[in-house]
Amino acid sequence: MIFYIINRILQSIAVMLVTAFVCFILFNYVGDPINNMVGQETTIQDREALREQLGLNDPTVVQFFRFLRNAAQGDFGISYRLQRPVKDLIPERLPATLELVFASAVLSVVLGILLGIYTGLNQNTWVSRAILAGSLAGVSLPTFVIGILLIYLFSVTLGILPSYGRGEAVQIVGWWTTGLLTISGWKAIILPSITLGLYQLTLILRIVRAEMMEVLLTDYIKFARARGLTDRVINFGHALKNTLIPVITVTGLQVGSLIAFSIITETVFQWPGMGALFIQAVHFADIPIMVAYLVMVALFFVTINLIVDLLYFLVDPRLQIDRGEAGGQG
Amino acid sequence: MKKKILIITAVVFLAFAMASPAMAENVLRWASQGDAVTFDPHSANMSPTFLQLKQVYEPLLSFDWKIDKEPYLAESWKLLNPTTWEFKIRRGVTFHDGEPLTAEDVIFSIERAKGPGSDVKEPLKTVKEMKKIDDYTVHVITDGPNPLLPDFLTQFFVLSKKWCEKHDVTQATSWKGKEESYAVRHANGTGAFILQSRDPDIKSVLVKNPNWWGLKKYPHNIDKIIYTPIANPATRVAALLSGEVDFLLDPPLQDLQRIKKNPNLKLQDTPQLRTIFYGLEQRLDELRSSNVKGKNPFKDPRVRKAMHMAIDIEGIKKKVMRDLSVPANIIVPPGIYGYPEDLDKSRPPYDTEKAKKLLAEAGYPNGFEVNLDCPNNRYNNDEKICQATVGMLGKIGIKVSLVAQPKSLHFPKITTRKTDFYMLGWGYAYPDAHFNFVNMMHSQSAWNGGGITNPRIDELIDAMAKEIDQKKRDAMIREVFEITTNEQVYLPLHHQVIVWGMSKKFDMPMEPRDEPQFCWAKMK
Repeated sequence: MIFYIINRILQSIAVMLVTAFVCFILFNYVGDPINNMVGQETTIQDREALREQLGLNDPTVVQFFRFLRNAAQGDFGISYRLQRPVKDLIPERLPATLELVFASAVLSVVLGILLGIYTGLNQNTWVSRAILAGSLAGVSLPTFVIGILLIYLFSVTLGILPSYGRGEAVQIVGWWTTGLLTISGWKAIILPSITLGLYQLTLILRIVRAEMMEVLLTDYIKFARARGLTDRVINFGHALKNTLIPVITVTGLQVGSLIAFSIITETVFQWPGMGALFIQAVHFADIPIMVAYLVMVALFFVTINLIVDLLYFLVDPRLQIDRGEAGGQG
Repeated sequence: MKKKILIITAVVFLAFAMASPAMAENVLRWASQGDAVTFDPHSANMSPTFLQLKQVYEPLLSFDWKIDKEPYLAESWKLLNPTTWEFKIRRGVTFHDGEPLTAEDVIFSIERAKGPGSDVKEPLKTVKEMKKIDDYTVHVITDGPNPLLPDFLTQFFVLSKKWCEKHDVTQATSWKGKEESYAVRHANGTGAFILQSRDPDIKSVLVKNPNWWGLKKYPHNIDKIIYTPIANPATRVAALLSGEVDFLLDPPLQDLQRIKKNPNLKLQDTPQLRTIFYGLEQRLDELRSSNVKGKNPFKDPRVRKAMHMAIDIEGIKKKVMRDLSVPANIIVPPGIYGYPEDLDKSRPPYDTEKAKKLLAEAGYPNGFEVNLDCPNNRYNNDEKICQATVGMLGKIGIKVSLVAQPKSLHFPKITTRKTDFYMLGWGYAYPDAHFNFVNMMHSQSAWNGGGITNPRIDELIDAMAKEIDQKKRDAMIREVFEITTNEQVYLPLHHQVIVWGMSKKFDMPMEPRDEPQFCWAKMK
């Protein structure tokens, strides 16, 4: 078990190193940050001097190792666009993204399961059909279209929810700010979390529905019915429990993509998270921000995968034996 | 237990609801695409940053919305001898922290702006030394006659020496070091508004400076300004339509009709001090992207004239720009000192037959191939203008392949001279034709991407920078305009028009550089 974890952690570090290196190769194609940093009158000599100072003339490999050396000391450089250290900027923006991802994950899991059960149990009603038709839209419409539609409906036409921003954010501990303690913050998170979570919601809805329909046909449900248990106990006590296993797997996998997809949602709603920071960094060719963000997202993904793998260990005893033996032989 | 939690939650929510500020004060909420990069007044030199800085910091003299010079921190200025300018500093001006403004601060600020890390040092290059005559008089000595020095100084902001020393920001912020400079998010100017809080990319709050020296001239009634950048154009418009912001600096052109229809909103437009044009490679003996080998068609003025004639600029104005452009024949817009109206209005009519004839005369009866480099996120409808141009030049046989890229990829191609045919739009640091010439026409300029080289033009540009006799200088400007127009060194398109969308509650004059001063605004 310990060997397995160490092994996985080493693999994770390797993945992050490779990600960082690929970033530096890609930076040759994002354009020249210098032109965005200085005014139009700045002379060629001054531009060259700045480029030299930032080390942009060095070969990719040299830039990469300099990044590693500084990163090992906790120094991720100064943002070209905002003239502020990356190590301050990322923690400032992280809470907004995590809150948004959390809100949309909760929304999609709760609504997805409830609607999935309903449509699974009442297959041929008018409401179920409407929900399923609506869920098709959720799967097929691109995120930014959903976001803009919601803004035009709830902000412009009805005027009840804000079209952009995070509302008033309050500082709680250290650098962690939260929008969840103010009314404007709650109002502001509704539309972005629906936009971000809609795809996951429909996915979970459809999985739960399919699983419910399948489970309800199995023998043990028939026996339960024969024993005279109430519908409620059968549906929620027996059937639902067994449909949840794939839901947990999917949710775990989707949290990573929620973080990744939050880029689009954050751009549409001007949500002050890391995704918006990243997109602006791309427009500006702000290399320090881009590399820090991409490495961090890689970190999220490998951590989530590591946790999922470890959870399998706990859930499925058979795995433990197999891996234990394999480890013993190695 | 559950009840208790509920009650506590309710109390907390109520407390927050009541804590929200009373709306009795006049608040101006505005948005634009991108935030200022810094509040250090000397470390960035671009319009979105200047726009924010100039609410808080002030120059010695400035331009009002009619592009007339007006005294700011200097009450008056005059030329004592060809190389010495005298500035009388305004008395009774205090910085936001209460310290009085003196000649020391002005000299310190000029030195800071000339020093390392500064991106506004170019205009101050000619300043050789400064002398403090008394607390309110400064002599600025230049290394040669410089008639444009007052113009140059409009882009340069004055800081407090004491404040800079206290916060260790005596040098402009650069990207050196590991920590954030204090000046990036804090400000201490003399301007009409005080920077209260700044959260870059999220929100900046300015409050009225009750002690501002200029309140008599501009008696505004804005108590508070809240700025939020909104990058997505559709969201930005939605924020204006829903009344969440009062003023949009850059409403997207395709949504103007929607703003116009809203009874609470209005649109304002004015020609901007920016002209959009194409540049052509005229230095190399062979184009990089053409099928013509051994010679460069763009070196022949007849080819350049033919292309100019083949661009249906009225069509572009109607179909692409939705009438928000002013067709041009020179690359300098009205409002700039030296602007020759007669030359600008004499654009040859759109004529493909004549253009074809000219091309044939030049030896290209069947045209040629070339790549056009175009930005796709910089100017109004930039990529669409280029697409239209591709079709129009196709009609006279010039097969253009369009390379449309984001600005961070496009502009380096011009400054490193790696493009045959490119789009550029030029704004103005000071409204004098010299600023255009020295950057666009001078053979030594970084932005002369086509490598236009003409010894006579270079000579005139260098001379006009030092000529104090206004009449002689005017003649030099005129000569450069005539040479460059006759030889068609660039292909001018149009002067861009800027549009603002705002609530009818506000009155604010248009500023042709797209940099409004909010002290000009009035709230009804």
